[in-house]
Amino acid sequence: MLRLDRIGRRFPGGVEALAGISLDLASGDFVALLGPSGCGKSTLLRLIAGLDPPDSGALAWAGGRPPAPGEIGFVFQDPTLLPWASAAANVGLPFRLHDPAPADAAALVDAALARVGLAGFANARPRQLSGGMRMRVSIARALVTRPRLLLMDEPFAALDEFTRHRLQEDLRALWREAGCTIVFVTHSVYEACFLARRIVLMTPRPGRIAREITADLPEGPARRLDPAYATLVATVSGAMTEVLRDAGETAG
Amino acid sequence: MTQVRLDRAAPVALGVVVLAAWQGLVWAFQVPDYLLPGPVAILGAFFAAPRLLLGSLVSTLAVTFAALLAAALLGVAMALLMALSRIARAAIQPWAVVLQVTPIVAIAPLIIVLVGNPFISLVVCATIVAFFPVFANTVTGLEAVPPELLDLFRLHGAGRGRTLLLLRIPAAVPYFLSGLRISGGLALVGAVVAEFVAGSGGFASGLAYRILEAGYRLEIPRMFAALVLLAVAGIGINMGLGAFAGFALRRRGE
Repeated sequence: MLRLDRIGRRFPGGVEALAGISLDLASGDFVALLGPSGCGKSTLLRLIAGLDPPDSGALAWAGGRPPAPGEIGFVFQDPTLLPWASAAANVGLPFRLHDPAPADAAALVDAALARVGLAGFANARPRQLSGGMRMRVSIARALVTRPRLLLMDEPFAALDEFTRHRLQEDLRALWREAGCTIVFVTHSVYEACFLARRIVLMTPRPGRIAREITADLPEGPARRLDPAYATLVATVSGAMTEVLRDAGETAG
Repeated sequence: MTQVRLDRAAPVALGVVVLAAWQGLVWAFQVPDYLLPGPVAILGAFFAAPRLLLGSLVSTLAVTFAALLAAALLGVAMALLMALSRIARAAIQPWAVVLQVTPIVAIAPLIIVLVGNPFISLVVCATIVAFFPVFANTVTGLEAVPPELLDLFRLHGAGRGRTLLLLRIPAAVPYFLSGLRISGGLALVGAVVAEFVAGSGGFASGLAYRILEAGYRLEIPRMFAALVLLAVAGIGINMGLGAFAGFALRRRGE
């Protein structure tokens, strides 16, 4: 679907955020970008979304053309909903941002809300919803255009443990159902191991890809209790420690 | 509930205590009316000529609301222009500050002479005083949009016009309403200052004119009655605009 070829990015002021990132995203993949805070995970996500241009390297999309509006969904760390609009209006927002809106926009909004378990909350305002429900609305908004690629920037970081687990399970189910490609930024080893099929470990700034680990766990909520999950967490944690140690030695 | 009632009763109770103390001191020290009239004398002066004073209040309020409307329209138009064009922003910003820092007392005589029509000249003066808060607040509101939402709009290919219509303007509404509330009080102040400067050459019917007239005639209780009416009008405008803002925001579900 997308090939990143030696992508580099500097912030204004000269700070190097990303260096030589090369990564292939296959259609239908679920990739977790895992790394310490400030390693450029979110910057990389913005480059993929086309919100910022790379300073070096190139992004090559399959078919040679970048995705059209609506073909990429983005979920931010905060739900970032319009406080004056209902849940349905928030979910349907993407259809109002570009022409033409599909004729069945209202049905798609209803379906997206139902898909995230908020069928009865179409008219609720964001302040009437809990933090987890607001994030569900945000996910529904990202899914409503049936994107080929869903980019998620630590969407569950601010939620409590119970809500986070529930949403992680729901996201896995949504991914299997929707069949889109997901790139999920996180700094939680546990979250990356539970969610993703591929875990991409990044070094501290400037962010480089240090390791890629494939996760092969059984489906369903029980995967968190599976011994393979514990083994994977241990493997990724060990790799993370090595990456940080190497980075420390390089810096030293 | 009890706390809410106490909160509402507290300012009324304080007012009653201050008025009673004021009247008591005036009686106790036999202060003459031309130095400091008590609340009873002020009330008497009001009921001696209620139509005259209420007519003057209506006249001042007409200038105030016309100025508030003009300030709101002008402030929002300028703010929108600034949000749409960087050049417009660079051009407007310094002049808006010039309007804010120019003392209306200094330029009111010039405006009154240049405009000619007394009512319009008073409205222009009051508009200049009331303009800045509603303008500055609307500008702030149009800019106070979470960067993630702007990213979302960009991601979906929304142009500047659609972003303004669907995001920036709705986000600016609470800021605009807050600015309007401040401008409401300032429009009244601007109207009164302009009436003072215009004096008998102005509209010659507002409350400021009544204050000047009563001062010349040493009708101090009437002067105070006009002042009280101004204070009541100011409180009414502030509370009215506050209630309007609350109603509008509640209707939006905020």
